[in-house]
Amino acid sequence: MMPPTLRQSELTLEVDVLVIGGGLAGTWAAVSAAREGASVAIVEKGYCGTSGVTATAGPGHWWVPPDPKLRAEAISRRQSTAFGLADSEWMERILDTTWRTLPTIAGYYDFSTDDSGAVHYRSLRGPEYMRAMRSLAQDNGVRILDQSPALELLLHSDGSVAGARGLRRQQRREWSARAGATVLATGGCAFMSRLLGSQTNTGDGYLMAAEAGAELSGMEFCSYHTVSPTFSTMTRSMSYAFATYLDASGRELPIPQGSESTPALARALLKGPVFCHLGRMPMDIRDVLPQISPNFMLPFVRKRIDPFNEAFEVTLRGEGTVRGTGGLRIVSDDCSTSVPGLFAAGDAATRERVAGATSGGGAQNSAWALSSGQWAGRGAAALARSRGLRADRPVEAIGGAGLRPQQITASAASTPEVIATMQGEMLPFDKIIFRSGPGLARSLSALENAWSNVTTSCQSKDIESGKAREAAALVATSRWCYAAAEARKESRGMHLRDDAPARNDDYAQRLLVGGLDQVWTRFERPSHDRLGRVAS
Amino acid sequence: MIELVLSERCTRCGICVDICPTNVFDAVIGASPVIARQDDCETCFMCELYCPADALFVGADCERPEAVSPAEVSEAGWLGQFRRDSGWGEWAEDPRYRNQHWRMDSVFARARQAVTSGGDVTVAIKPPLRTTP
Repeated sequence: MMPPTLRQSELTLEVDVLVIGGGLAGTWAAVSAAREGASVAIVEKGYCGTSGVTATAGPGHWWVPPDPKLRAEAISRRQSTAFGLADSEWMERILDTTWRTLPTIAGYYDFSTDDSGAVHYRSLRGPEYMRAMRSLAQDNGVRILDQSPALELLLHSDGSVAGARGLRRQQRREWSARAGATVLATGGCAFMSRLLGSQTNTGDGYLMAAEAGAELSGMEFCSYHTVSPTFSTMTRSMSYAFATYLDASGRELPIPQGSESTPALARALLKGPVFCHLGRMPMDIRDVLPQISPNFMLPFVRKRIDPFNEAFEVTLRGEGTVRGTGGLRIVSDDCSTSVPGLFAAGDAATRERVAGATSGGGAQNSAWALSSGQWAGRGAAALARSRGLRADRPVEAIGGAGLRPQQITASAASTPEVIATMQGEMLPFDKIIFRSGPGLARSLSALENAWSNVTTSCQSKDIESGKAREAAALVATSRWCYAAAEARKESRGMHLRDDAPARNDDYAQRLLVGGLDQVWTRFERPSHDRLGRVAS
Repeated sequence: MIELVLSERCTRCGICVDICPTNVFDAVIGASPVIARQDDCETCFMCELYCPADALFVGADCERPEAVSPAEVSEAGWLGQFRRDSGWGEWAEDPRYRNQHWRMDSVFARARQAVTSGGDVTVAIKPPLRTTP
């Protein structure tokens, strides 16, 4: 197979497999494709190693020994909150892949031994994990382009994906890559909510794929939130297992742990300010906290707040499709999308098959990123091998909104204005968490205007910086989320409809969404024709 | 947000320019990097972790800049705090900063136990409510 090659002043690559996004899923995909003998490049908006939500966190993978009884129990527990949308076989697959392959990075990640000498594989520190994955990828011959956001896909005349094109933002140049197969590992989209590490996760992959004709699935499941101090991005949640929440009068609020905590805290926050202290954390844990999560205390220390003896004000940061479960629809065991030549991994892909309607949390999401990355990487390598690069064929760059508007003018809505409109619909708890038909219709109408803005006119500086394109992806993702939320006229898992508070068995199936100027929705199972026409 | 590049500590290695996920720094020939796009900072603290000279300071506030002086952050002991607690660089062999992330599972287990048993950890405090400006 062909090695990566460099031509001309604009950076032009030819590789077997192009991986867009250098986070957890992208690096596993790249390593896996390279081990199959493929030439591989990762293009990353920021820096492969620090970008994204893994690098700033502490992923504890879903980790169950290969004992049939233990596995069956773990899967059954997860099925009880997936509400009919998950698939036990896929859960088994990620448990198996995670168990077998996570320990193989031991030469790159220094797995800890506990006081008894046992090695702990399940739970890793994010910065060290991503630093390890970068080195592993490089040692497998993967070429990494940092600070190189992808802007759009390239298509062959037969509709299959031929690679991508993007910016080298520190050189003010462009890159373009021809590839036999392309893996989207662009992460989820958290609507720039200040969720730790998520500011670069603007839904770029969703938009690029949809422009090529891909569908998304489960986008209504995008309302998981994580607590943080009001002034901070620090959404590391472990310590809040010891939280005591108070209202403004100092009265304790009954906030449950687990998936029920988001709606309970959101209801309290809609009534007024909420305060929190961590006074129930035992002293021995406080002592070791900086060596468990070294970033957790930084914001408190720097605001001179003692969180164990003072109550600080908190808010919720939206996780969107990061710890939601929606993403690109996958149609095969190797995580291909319905677009030939295009694969999806990690939070760019739907996680409904393993988590259904309830957040998989960090554990399932990490196991999914690692596993789906490896499957997509292998699938992409195999496809590239069988189809070849077809580098001599003409291809078309297909990016539209935020990239090729009808006009480029200084009077166009600025990117911050477009993002403010999007956030006005996607951040308020009484819109994103507590939903209703009329409210969703109003939000969709506001988002429709924002979409019209990014497709009709943009400012040239926003196009050149890639920011108009990010804004377009944020708006597109928001529209798919709420179009799906409107079509699912029931409550299920994290999707809560005030106007339909119960689960309805007719809706016990996955909901697809897609389209650009015309957004469509369709329930996946063709036998449900009645529902299939809901929003078509 | 990113607040300071301390030129007296900076070795001009350029790592922060390379690794910032949101590209807030610009390299400057013959000088320390500058904070060129502070608004783009996502307050992830990664630059502090990667700076071997402890020459960067990220403020806690993610919404707006905070006035802070090099002397203040230096005296407070905040420079290099994240890198040290992570056991990176010269701290790698220091047992005080060993990676204990693996304890996370047992921390959650202790929290569950405290909830179900009423627990050994209940601290009856009446804390002052602190609003942060």
